[in-house]
Amino acid sequence: MTTASTKAAPTPKIKSSALKPRSFISWVTFFFMIFAVIAWLFPFWMALANAIKTPADFVAQGPLAFPAHPTFEHVIKFWKESDFPVRFWNSTWTSLLGAAITVAFGFLTAYAIGIGKIKGRTWILGVFMVAFTIPQEALIYPLYTAAKKIGLYDNLLSIALIFGITGIAFSTYLISSVLTEFPNELVEAAKIDGANAWQMMTRVVLPILRPTLMVIMVMVFIYNWNEFLIPLVLLPSNDNMTVALSIALTSGQWGAEPTYRAAAALLGAAPSILFFIIFQRSLMRGVTMGSSK
Amino acid sequence: MSAESVSNGAKAKVAKPSKAKPNKSSIEKGKSQYYAYLIPGLLLFLIVVVGSFFFNIYISFTQWIGVGTPVWVGFENYQKLFQDDVFWQSFQHAFLFIGAMSIVPTFIGVFVASMLFDYIAPRFGNGISAFMRAGFYMPQVIPITITGVLWVWLLDPVTGVINSFLINNLHMKSDAVPNWLGDANTAIWSLSVIMVWIQIGYTIVIFMSGLARLDPSLTEAAQLDGATWFQRFRIIILAQLGPEIGVVLLTTMVAALKVFGPVYTMTSGGPGTATQVPAYFSYFHFFTTHKVGYGAAVATILALLLTVLSIIILQVQNRQQSKEIQR
Repeated sequence: MTTASTKAAPTPKIKSSALKPRSFISWVTFFFMIFAVIAWLFPFWMALANAIKTPADFVAQGPLAFPAHPTFEHVIKFWKESDFPVRFWNSTWTSLLGAAITVAFGFLTAYAIGIGKIKGRTWILGVFMVAFTIPQEALIYPLYTAAKKIGLYDNLLSIALIFGITGIAFSTYLISSVLTEFPNELVEAAKIDGANAWQMMTRVVLPILRPTLMVIMVMVFIYNWNEFLIPLVLLPSNDNMTVALSIALTSGQWGAEPTYRAAAALLGAAPSILFFIIFQRSLMRGVTMGSSK
Repeated sequence: MSAESVSNGAKAKVAKPSKAKPNKSSIEKGKSQYYAYLIPGLLLFLIVVVGSFFFNIYISFTQWIGVGTPVWVGFENYQKLFQDDVFWQSFQHAFLFIGAMSIVPTFIGVFVASMLFDYIAPRFGNGISAFMRAGFYMPQVIPITITGVLWVWLLDPVTGVINSFLINNLHMKSDAVPNWLGDANTAIWSLSVIMVWIQIGYTIVIFMSGLARLDPSLTEAAQLDGATWFQRFRIIILAQLGPEIGVVLLTTMVAALKVFGPVYTMTSGGPGTATQVPAYFSYFHFFTTHKVGYGAAVATILALLLTVLSIIILQVQNRQQSKEIQR
């Protein structure tokens, strides 16, 4: 695991007195990096600055100027006209249900592979590994046809189920790579105590793995939230659109008004930025999980 | 205590669990009950993902408009594809995106990550370097569709931020400024730059976590020997980050070949076919021209290409794992 947390990485506890001396060069480097970060975040600042600008200010001063008369009028108007709370709810529950399915089934499968060490596990993992590189385009038409046949077309449940099931390959791979390093003593000890597979899972493996599963759940939730092709194909009607989908498809409607488009981009990005701020640690751990293996 | 710290501790102690097997028959008996845990996930996966995949392959051998019965035509769709210039063009663009999403971000990412981890953090504190890392990572957390809306707005030929800057601040003539996404000559390059902007955060995060894994005594020893930062960077950091560099290169290559959202939201493959990519090309035939068999053939070829790549990933990772065990 790369997530060298408590024991492996001694670095985080450097007190300011323990910092290395800062030379002139180091200050130059520091300001260069700060400048680079500001440049990276500049598009977001532009969206914010222009979303709260009045159209008159935009015309008079251009997009780069600091908003002279900040107003949330457009943001609020866009919030109402785009039914933002409905989209937010659509995105949230489908992403959450999808992530729960992905992690639950992925955990069961990974448990059979990592702890059960069942025969053919390398092959099963290999199939999963190859499967999660299959592009969604190679699945979408059959899924679209099937959703129409069983009456789940234009139904939010369909995308939650597809998010959930297509994610199983990924979560199985990730969780079983974590489980290969599960302390073997614990498993052996539980076996000697006569634990069966179910008891082993609920009493030994799950309690220890719960934080890792939460990390993966957060990461999958954010992936699902950002998902585009599947909602695009399966959710044609306006009421069912997710945040990512509705802003992409309807942004043209306010095309003429730059401050409106800025407000659309801002509102679309806001939930993701919020999730990132709240779950930063979990997300970073999830993303780096398995990267050095 | 988290599972990671447990497993980190265990990694050193537990050598190779497969070697120490006491009572074979009891273990085999115990093993069989674990198959029950495999079945639900595997079954759902086989039906939905593998089933869809094979149905897509079947469609690719038919002529079908999405309704009625598909008509079997054998390899006709594939034969037509190989004579279709747009098909080849779309793969050329996909390979260009490998540069923009994989190679360039890997180079910049290794450098920035080691700057942040090895130079900024020891001098200015970990808080600063974590903040910078988060800043670079921000484009990664935004839905790609929102990124698209944002950049279409930034690059608008008339009211966009970039061109306003060129006209108002650099005093370029308003008819001389580029139409970044609307001109066939610049559109693919504009997309490429945006992809670099999106991808760098991912590579920085992976490489910084890789650096945290390295043995600090190595770089400290090098420092005592009087090595400059650049020498240390080249000799120690680059050599040690091998596993992460391999994983990042290959996963981002897979992502580059799959690009769909940015093209859909920013250019729709145009102007003309100037930014056509395989994923969008297949979507276009599925839902716009309703040549479903043709679109399925594109998707199948893309999937095969990605399968080959992912097998390479597996091979590379296996080789690294066996190296680690030897160490």
